[in-house]
Amino acid sequence: MSKAFQKVYTQITQITKATCSLKASGVGYDELATVNGKLAQVVKIMGNDVTLQVFEGTEGIPTNAEVVFMGHSPMLKVSEQLAGRFFNAFGQPIDGGPEIEGEEIAIGGPSVNPVRRKQPSELIATGIAGIDLNNTLVSGQKIPFFADPDQPFNQVMANVALRAKADKIILGGMGMTNDDYLYFKNVFSNAGTLDRIISFVNTTENPPVERLLIPDMALTAAEYFAVEKNETVLVLLTDMTSYADALSIVSNRMDQIPSKDSMPGSLYSDLAKIYEKAVQFPSGGSITIIAVTTLSGGDITHAVPDNTGYITEGQLFLRRDSDIGKVIVDPFRSLSRLKQLVAGKKTRKDHSQVMNAAVRLYSDAANAKTKMENGFDLTNYDERCLAFAKDYANQLLAIDVNLDTTEMLDVTWGLFGKYFKQEEVNIKQEFLDKHWVSE
Amino acid sequence: MATKGTVSGVIANMVTLTVDGPVAQNEICFILTGGDRLMAEVIKVIGANVYVQVFESTRGLKVGAEAEFTGHMLEVTLGPGMLSKNYDGLQNDLDKMEGVFLKRGQYTYPLDDERVWHFEPMVKAGDEVGPSAWLGEVVENFQPLKIMVPFQLTGTYKVKSIVPEGEYTIKQTVAVLTDKEGHDIEVNMIQKWPVKKALTNYKLKPRPFKLLETGVRVIDTCNPIVEGGTGFIPGPFGTGKTVLQHAISKQAEADIVIIAACGERANEVVEIFTEFPELVDPHTGRKLMERTIIIANTSNMPVAAREASVYTAMTIAEYYRSMGLRVLLMADSTSRWAQALREMSNRMEELPGPDAFPMDISAIISNFYGRAGYVELNNGKSGSVTFIGTVSPAGGNLKEPVTENTKKVARCFYALEQERADKKRYPAVNPIDSYSKYLEYPEFEEYISKLINKEWLGKVNEIKTRLQRGKEIAEQINILGDDGVPVDYHVIFWKSEFIDYVIYQQDAFDEVDACCTIERQEDCMNLVIKVCHTEFHFDNFLDVMDYFKRLISVAKQMSYTEFKSEKFHEYRKQIEELIKEKAV
Ligand SMILES: Nc1ncnc2c1ncn2[C@@H]1O[C@H](COP(=O)(O)OP(=O)(O)OP(=O)(O)O)[C@@H](O)[C@H]1O
Ligand SMILES: [Mg+2]
Repeated sequence: MSKAFQKVYTQITQITKATCSLKASGVGYDELATVNGKLAQVVKIMGNDVTLQVFEGTEGIPTNAEVVFMGHSPMLKVSEQLAGRFFNAFGQPIDGGPEIEGEEIAIGGPSVNPVRRKQPSELIATGIAGIDLNNTLVSGQKIPFFADPDQPFNQVMANVALRAKADKIILGGMGMTNDDYLYFKNVFSNAGTLDRIISFVNTTENPPVERLLIPDMALTAAEYFAVEKNETVLVLLTDMTSYADALSIVSNRMDQIPSKDSMPGSLYSDLAKIYEKAVQFPSGGSITIIAVTTLSGGDITHAVPDNTGYITEGQLFLRRDSDIGKVIVDPFRSLSRLKQLVAGKKTRKDHSQVMNAAVRLYSDAANAKTKMENGFDLTNYDERCLAFAKDYANQLLAIDVNLDTTEMLDVTWGLFGKYFKQEEVNIKQEFLDKHWVSE
Repeated sequence: MATKGTVSGVIANMVTLTVDGPVAQNEICFILTGGDRLMAEVIKVIGANVYVQVFESTRGLKVGAEAEFTGHMLEVTLGPGMLSKNYDGLQNDLDKMEGVFLKRGQYTYPLDDERVWHFEPMVKAGDEVGPSAWLGEVVENFQPLKIMVPFQLTGTYKVKSIVPEGEYTIKQTVAVLTDKEGHDIEVNMIQKWPVKKALTNYKLKPRPFKLLETGVRVIDTCNPIVEGGTGFIPGPFGTGKTVLQHAISKQAEADIVIIAACGERANEVVEIFTEFPELVDPHTGRKLMERTIIIANTSNMPVAAREASVYTAMTIAEYYRSMGLRVLLMADSTSRWAQALREMSNRMEELPGPDAFPMDISAIISNFYGRAGYVELNNGKSGSVTFIGTVSPAGGNLKEPVTENTKKVARCFYALEQERADKKRYPAVNPIDSYSKYLEYPEFEEYISKLINKEWLGKVNEIKTRLQRGKEIAEQINILGDDGVPVDYHVIFWKSEFIDYVIYQQDAFDEVDACCTIERQEDCMNLVIKVCHTEFHFDNFLDVMDYFKRLISVAKQMSYTEFKSEKFHEYRKQIEELIKEKAV
C-alpha cells in the first residue's frame, strides 16, 4: 500500500513490549504507520524521536524493521454496506464478505456541541423489571453493567439489545472469548436481525492493544447512522475493563506515572471520550451505549468501575441472589440517572413512588436478614419484609422476567397489598387511593 | 514584534515549542496546523523550550509547525450580554458555533457587538473615579448591570465626558477619562481580565454572615451557607452531588447564578438549558435562565480547557460582584479540574505529589476558594461570590488529596454518603459528619436571630444532637437486639428518625417538596421539636415503631402538599391528633 513519495525508515532506536521508537521527520501526531507490516500509531513526538504504539505488540520486530507512515490517523469507511457485517479492530471485514465502499472518515472524531444535543426522553423497554421498573433506560443514555466475570452479562445484554427497538445495534467486542463472539453471532442471526447488526470484534485471540481501536470504530459507525440517517443506534461495548487493561499496558510502557490501580492518570478522560458519544440529536437520531465493566470480586472502588461510575449515567449491577437462586439486577447499587426523564412521564404516574417504596422495603428486608443472622428475634414487620423481598426478587428483580412496565407496577402493588399496611409504604395518598390492592 | 515559536514535540495535548523571543508564563499562543489555529497556554519555560498545553486535539500536528504568541494571558471578555449564555471553558459562545460537532480551532465571540443597550449615566463630567467605579447602568434581563472604569487602570481619573442616557452598543465609547498626566482614556462597556488573576477591586472582605437561602432544608436549617461563603459536596458517584447542586442553582436567592460544568456529563448541561428557560425563579418570578450563565466544558471536551473553565467562571462571577450583585458560582466537579492538572503535570514529568497530583495542588485549591467572598466595594455597596464545588473522590474514599485540601479551605462540608443514597434517603447528606462553620460565627448568629428568632440556633443544635444520639442507639440495637435495650431507647431512636424524615430528607423531584421556604423550614423545625419534646408512653418497642411509622407517613404526605393549603392543614391536624393519642 505504500505510495511512491512515502519515506521508508529502517532504523528503530528503542523497542518495548507495546511501543517502538525511531528517528523520523514530517510525522503527524496520532498518525498511523506500519512496522514490518504491523499497524502502529504515533503516540509521542520529541524533535526527531517518534514513538509508535504497535497494536499487535512488538514481538519479533527487528531494529531494522521497515517503518512506513501513512499520513493519516485510523479511518473507517462508512456507508449502508456496514449493516450486517463483522469487522476486526481495524475495520477490515472478518466475515469473508467484500470490502466496504463508502466515505473514509477518521475515527475518534470531534465531540457534539452540547447545545446541539437534545434532552433524552424516549424510554427503552427491555422487559426486565430490574431495569425498566427500577432503573429505566432512555435513548441517548450511557450505562454499563457492573458484573463479576462469571455473571451472564453478555446474555442479558443480548436480550436487552434485541428487545430494545433500535434501528441498528453495533457490537464492540473487546477481549471477548471466541465462544462469546459466536454466541452473539448466533443470537442475532436466530432472531433474524443480522441485517441490523454491525460488529467490531477483538477476541482474546487477537493482540490486546488492538482493542484500543474498537470503541472508536463502533462509535464512528454509530455516528454515521445516527447523524446521516437519523437512526436510533444502540452500541454494546463489552468488556470495557479489557479496554482499560490495554490502556494501562500502553501507558506503562511509555513510562507514564501510573495513578490508582496502575491505570493511566488520564483514564477518566479516556473513558469519558468514549461514553460521551452517547447522544440524542434533535433530528431523531440517537446513540445509546450499553457497556460491560467486569469487576474483580465485586470491587467497585477499583479505578476502572470507579471512573466509569463517575462518567456513565448510572450502572446496572448483576448479583446472584442466593435466596432465590437466580441472578438479579441489584436494586441497591444499580441506578439509572435518566429514569426521572421517563418514569411517570412515559410510564404510569405512580412509577417513581412505587419503585422507591419497593426498594425501601427491600432494604428493610436486608436489615431484617442481618438481624436474623445475628441471632435476634424478628418482629412481625421484619418477617413480612423478608417474605416480600423473596417475592419481589423472584417476580421482579430476576433477569428472566419479561413484563411491560404497567404489569411491573401492578405486580408491585400486589405485593404491597399482600404484605403491608398503607402507612408502611410511604406513598402519596392519591396513588394509594388509586392502586392499593387489599388482600 | 510578537514572539514566534516552532513545534518541537507533541505528547497528546502537551506541546513543546522553541521560541525566538520573550514569552510569559500562562501566555496564550496559537499553533498553526492544517489551516487550523489551535489555542494553547504556556505552562512551563526552560530556556528557549516552552511547554504549552493545547486547548484542542493535536491530531496531525507536526514538528516544525509555527506558533504565534499573543502577548496576553488567557482572558475573558466581560460586558452586558452574557446572561443566559452557554459558553465553553474558554468563553466561546457555543450557540454561535456552526454544525453539530465542535470544530477544532473554532473560536466565537462571547458578547454581541450589535445589540443596543439603554445606558443611564451614574457620574457626571468632573467627577473623580478610580478603577472599577460605576460609570453607568444598563439593564439586562431585569438585572441592573454596571458599566465600570476598566479594572486594569490604577490611580484616580477625572471624568472628562460621559454620554447622556440613550441607546449604545458595547463598543461605543460611553465615557472619556483623563489621568493625572492629562491623557484621555476612552471607555466602552467591555472589560477584559486574565482569568487566573483574582479581581480584587474591593475595599474590604469582611466575614460573610447573611444566610443564602437555598430552599434545601439540610443546608438552610442544618448547615447554612451564607452570601459569599464557600462550601463543597464530596461523594461517591451517584450519591446526588449534581442533583443537589442543580437544586441549589434553581432555588438559591442569588442575583446571578453561574454553573461551571467542569469535566462532567454533557446531558447534565442539556438538562439545565432544557429546563431553566421554563422554570421560574422562586424569588423573582422570572425565568431561571435569565439569571444563569453556563460554562460547559464537559468531560469529552479538551482537558486543558477544562482546567481553564473554573477560572473563566470565577472571573465572570467576580465581574458581577463588582457591580454589587450576589453571585452564586457552582462547579461540578472540581476533581475533574484537579485531574486535568494531574494529566498535564504527568506529561511534563514533574515530581508527583500524593496520588500523582501536582505537589502544589493544595495551594491551587486554596487560592481558588479564596477568590469567593462577601466584599464591600469602594463605593460602600456590597457584593458577593458564593462558591460551592463538588468533589468526586476516587473510590469514594474521602482520604484523598482533593477532598482533604478542599476541606481545609471550604467552610461548609456537605458529605454525601453511599449508604444513605442506597437507602434512597435523599439528599444523601451525612447528618453527623457534615457541617457549616458559619453556625459558629457570632455575626451569623445575630443575623439569623433577627431573621428567624433567638431560639433558632439552639433548636438546630438540638436536632443535630438528637440525630447523633439516634445513630448511637441504632448501633446498640444492632448489637443487643430490639429487646436488649429499654423501650425509651426506641423512642429516642424513632424521634431521630422523625427528624431525619421531616427535615433531612427532601425529594428534589417533587414539585412542592423540592423547594422549602425559610418560613416553612421554621414550621418543620417547630413540628419536630414539638414531637421530640413530647413525652410518649408505649408498652413495647413494636408500638413505638408502629406509631412513629404512622407519624412519619402523615408528615411525608404533608411535605408533598402546598404550604398552608387546606390539605396541609388537614395533615397537620392529623399529626396533632396522633401526638395527643400517645402523649402522657
Ligand atoms: N435529592 C434527591 N431526590 C431524589 N433523587 C435523588 C436526589 N439526589 C440524587 N438522587 C438520585 O441519585 C441519582 C444520582 O444523582 P447525581 O447525578 O446527582 O449523582 P452525582 O453524585 O452527581 O454522581 P457523579 O459523581 O457520578 O456525577 C439521580 O439521578 C437521582 O436518581
Ligand atoms: Mg454528578
